[in-house]
Amino acid sequence: MDLSVINPILLLAALMSAATPILLAATGELVVERAGVLNLGVEGMMIVGAIAGFIVAVNTGSPAMGFIGAAAGGAILSLLFVFLTQVALANQVASGLGLTLFGLGLSALMGQSYVGVKPPRMGDLDLGPLSDIPVLGPILFSHDAMVYIGLLMVACVWATLKYTRAGLVLRAVGENHDAAHALGYKVKRIRALAILFGGACAGMGGAYISLIRVPQWTEGMTAGVGWIALALVVFASWKPWRVLLGAYLFGGITQLQLNLQGAGVAIPVEYLAMSPYIVTIIVLVTLSADKSRAPGSLGRIFHASH
Amino acid sequence: MTALLDLSGVTKAYPGVVANDSVSLTIQSGEVHALLGENGAGKSTLVKMIYGLVKPDAGQMSLNGASFAPADPRAARAAGIGMVFQHFSLFDALTVAENIALGMENAPPMRQLAAQIKAVSETYGLPLAPHRLVGDLSAGERQRVEIIRCLLQEPKLLIMDEPTSVLTPQEVEILFKTLRKLSAEGTAILYISHKLEEIRSLCDAATILRLGKVVGHCIPRDTSAAEMAELMVGSALKPPQKVAAPVGDVLLELRDLSLPPASAFGMPLRQISVSVRAGEVLGIGGVAGNGQDELLSALSGEVTVPAGTVFFKGDDLARSHPNARRAAGLLTAPEERLGHAAAPDMSLTENAMLTGATRQGLERNGILNWKAARSFANQIIADFDVRTPGPGNAARSLSGGNLQKFVIGREILQRPEVLVVNQPTWGVDASAAAAIRQALLDLAEGGAAVVVISQDLDELMEISDNFAALNEGRLSAVRPAAGLTVAEIGQMMGGAHGMEVAHV
Amino acid sequence: MIRLDKRPQPSRAMALATPLLAVLATMVFGGLLFAVLGEDPVQSILTIFWQPLFGEFAFYYRPQLLVKGAPLVLIAMGLALGFRAGIWNIGAEGQYIMGAIFGAAAALAFYPLEAWWIFPLMVICGGLGGLLWAMIPGLLKVKFGTNEILVSLMLVYVAEQFLSSMSLGLLKNPEGFGFPGSRNLQQYASAHNAEIITGSGMHWGVVAAMIAVIFAYVLLTRHRLGFAIRVTGEAPRAAKFGGVNPARLILFCLGTSGLLAGLAGMFEVAGPAGQITLDFNVGYGFTAIIVAFLGRLHPVGILLAGGLMALTYIGGDIAQSQLGLPAAAIQVFQGMLLFFLLALDVLTNYRLRFGAAEVA
Repeated sequence: MDLSVINPILLLAALMSAATPILLAATGELVVERAGVLNLGVEGMMIVGAIAGFIVAVNTGSPAMGFIGAAAGGAILSLLFVFLTQVALANQVASGLGLTLFGLGLSALMGQSYVGVKPPRMGDLDLGPLSDIPVLGPILFSHDAMVYIGLLMVACVWATLKYTRAGLVLRAVGENHDAAHALGYKVKRIRALAILFGGACAGMGGAYISLIRVPQWTEGMTAGVGWIALALVVFASWKPWRVLLGAYLFGGITQLQLNLQGAGVAIPVEYLAMSPYIVTIIVLVTLSADKSRAPGSLGRIFHASH
Repeated sequence: MTALLDLSGVTKAYPGVVANDSVSLTIQSGEVHALLGENGAGKSTLVKMIYGLVKPDAGQMSLNGASFAPADPRAARAAGIGMVFQHFSLFDALTVAENIALGMENAPPMRQLAAQIKAVSETYGLPLAPHRLVGDLSAGERQRVEIIRCLLQEPKLLIMDEPTSVLTPQEVEILFKTLRKLSAEGTAILYISHKLEEIRSLCDAATILRLGKVVGHCIPRDTSAAEMAELMVGSALKPPQKVAAPVGDVLLELRDLSLPPASAFGMPLRQISVSVRAGEVLGIGGVAGNGQDELLSALSGEVTVPAGTVFFKGDDLARSHPNARRAAGLLTAPEERLGHAAAPDMSLTENAMLTGATRQGLERNGILNWKAARSFANQIIADFDVRTPGPGNAARSLSGGNLQKFVIGREILQRPEVLVVNQPTWGVDASAAAAIRQALLDLAEGGAAVVVISQDLDELMEISDNFAALNEGRLSAVRPAAGLTVAEIGQMMGGAHGMEVAHV
Repeated sequence: MIRLDKRPQPSRAMALATPLLAVLATMVFGGLLFAVLGEDPVQSILTIFWQPLFGEFAFYYRPQLLVKGAPLVLIAMGLALGFRAGIWNIGAEGQYIMGAIFGAAAALAFYPLEAWWIFPLMVICGGLGGLLWAMIPGLLKVKFGTNEILVSLMLVYVAEQFLSSMSLGLLKNPEGFGFPGSRNLQQYASAHNAEIITGSGMHWGVVAAMIAVIFAYVLLTRHRLGFAIRVTGEAPRAAKFGGVNPARLILFCLGTSGLLAGLAGMFEVAGPAGQITLDFNVGYGFTAIIVAFLGRLHPVGILLAGGLMALTYIGGDIAQSQLGLPAAAIQVFQGMLLFFLLALDVLTNYRLRFGAAEVA
């Protein structure tokens, strides 16, 4: 075992990158849940985004196009969820599970001829002299664009929810859909838009794994990140900045266990690989006391009666 | 002069029921117009059409002489219609200002809005802090939020749906002052209620609905309450017969019962002590949300409370679970029929099993006897005149009144020694309400102790021997119901809750 | 415009018809999918649904139906009890793995001793493994209100890692030439879950599945506990009012579903699979979710749905080898089935109306 192999600066830098898929997916899901919808299909939308983005990136040669394709892929899959839960009024838990099972199969089917293919690389963003700052430079200012887009997304979601009328309406719909309906807001339309946004975010999160983190395509490669993102929204008490904090926490654990595996620690690889999941459970347990912040209509079916 | 709002021949049908059958109605500017009718008479449907929530199948509406067909509530609000809902239109987790902004078309920035709220609330004597969370407000304060939300839009017509059901008598007086001031300023008010005395003191004109049809117009000041009641119900109702029964031993006693709130916006119970005797009907009044649900669940055993707080015939039942309490003879019926007292999608037989299993011997060693449950359900249906094709029908297929008769009947037929009911006649038509009240009185006459928790003061005065009120989770002292004045009752319920009189 | 009107009560006819309609819709759209993939749609559907039952080699495939169907029915039956009460154990895959590991470990601890009590001991340990694994989300939910969906699912990933650790470590076959995986239990007579009638596919797991279905049927229709499960799912507050203790119900439902999933894993490892390996689990725990819904959470329905889903597995294998249809296509096909089922379910509780749009 040689812990000196682990360079704290590189670890922190890698943490930002490791956190990005979870951050993107969780931010999207946060918006969905604030609108009062529980979409358990995050894992499915991520994996479809991962392969959709991969296919587009490989065929266009542009990682940026890949992320757009991933967003579209995730959103299209989430459209199924919109249909099931907003039109056919199906149970959200079952529909979300269905979305994940279907997405896993669909992505495997789509990815058949892409196994072993190398995607085009996305270069780091050129931030000029900023990235030359010692310590902070490599940690904060030498990443690809998606890392910053993820951060920007959190900021935008936070500001939109807090300061804009659209955000207020979204929160109102999630809090009490009957009241929102009585005031004349289109509950289903607003929820559908939120679900599509969540799908797009999850898709981009998935593509970040297939295009940047790994980067290649393997079946089931999201390996539960979508579920961790769901847990993160609860952990964050439905607050955007706490999602960021949580994503970095999980990113840190993922990265640390990878580094420990690399350093050849005496703990067997399997037990290190379990750690993100076990930490998720521990975090859920310690934080599940505070569920009072959950949107009032979360997971409930809305049907306008007379 | 053209009328402010004119409805002619407005019709709306739902599968199996015509909610409004060719309804016509005229309201002038500055008029306070009462819309009077029983539950299910079609009042809500009619105002929902005016507010743009429902579209009429036939008929015309015109506002200030121009044709009026709002596509949605926003269009209605833009045309000058405001509505204060009885339920379902506030957001607990949002602030007062945010709630108000959601009901406005062009809400100003929050800071400016807060100032406007302050100004309007002072003008009309409805104090409100803009940055408080609505979930922390009392029922009366919540109504103020809705009223101010409407007033900020300077409506020409304000629709109020049963506004006094959540107020103490003192608060009602203040509300009426506000409404009279509005009317004097030229705002028309469409006032929905089934409380006749209120209408007589407030309204200039009244339209009476029965089964979706207009059955009469009148000038409330010149019409007696009895005449209006007869128009509304269709026949004269006989008030429940109350026989002064000899009062026996204490059956139920609460000693210093306290309970922390169940949720962030819940109400705690604070040191409740009271006792009820055999043959006694104890009425517990109070404005909604002051601990009624919490008190019922502490008595039903859905939440267990600290030992030594709930005694049934001297035995401490505080730590017992619902079925142990049922076995002892303490039965309850909660307020919410669908989803609490009964499972909506399950059959009446299954719902009879739900609470009847223990006392009716419908189960043995965990094995359920469905045949016995079915005949128990049939017995309830027969004895309490529940209108349904049979016990195999789902609970939600019954009308409110019929399901309530089923729920109350289910408990009464189990021969309780103590029966606690919450809002036994809420949303129930007059004849069913009368039947339920009579059944409760008969039960007490037979030697049971009956606790009726209700927000309907008329009902409590009609059937109670003794009266107490819940306010902020505290129970007032118990006083004999006979001879209590409205003012005294109002004080027991918390008076005006610090509300000011309008600066008229 | 199509409008939905809530029915006064759920339609029984529709409740029976929707699974059939869903299967039909899946065949149509599945056929389209296969056409897109360049296969003859009719041929593909026939290969999946007809060949295993009535094709040339049906004598070989029919027993497979029991072999594949048993774990699905066993797991789905347990899950359905929880789903009916609104308790969502979606980590059956993990409980299945743990049941297999516990069962196999119990046998391997006594290898090469031959004794009659070894198999019963494996059954007990296998069930216990699944039960304990499911009790983790159960106890956490009861004690701390933790979301059982997320915890049970996280534990699948943990169990998978534990499985590889066991195949590479503690349970690794010392005579296995360094390959990952345990000894083959098929070659250990006392531990082998052999066919009860040779060539029938009928092993003890099939018997257990039958018992589970009958047990669940009686429980749900005749017993207070089953009634408690149903009321809790329909109206949790009403259930509490009726005297149901939610904590006990959560533990019962999660415990039972874990127990059955654990048993399924144990019967699988001792029989058809034979050994603990890295890729021992093939997703039965997740497919069982589809089976549970397709069977409308009803014991008899689950029995039929389990058979149908086993058919798609076998037919899928045939289609894969004969037509070169990708394995993932079958997964998509199964997912589609669940979608159509959920979408069509609306007809049970609502009536479709065509006509003027209501303001919504």
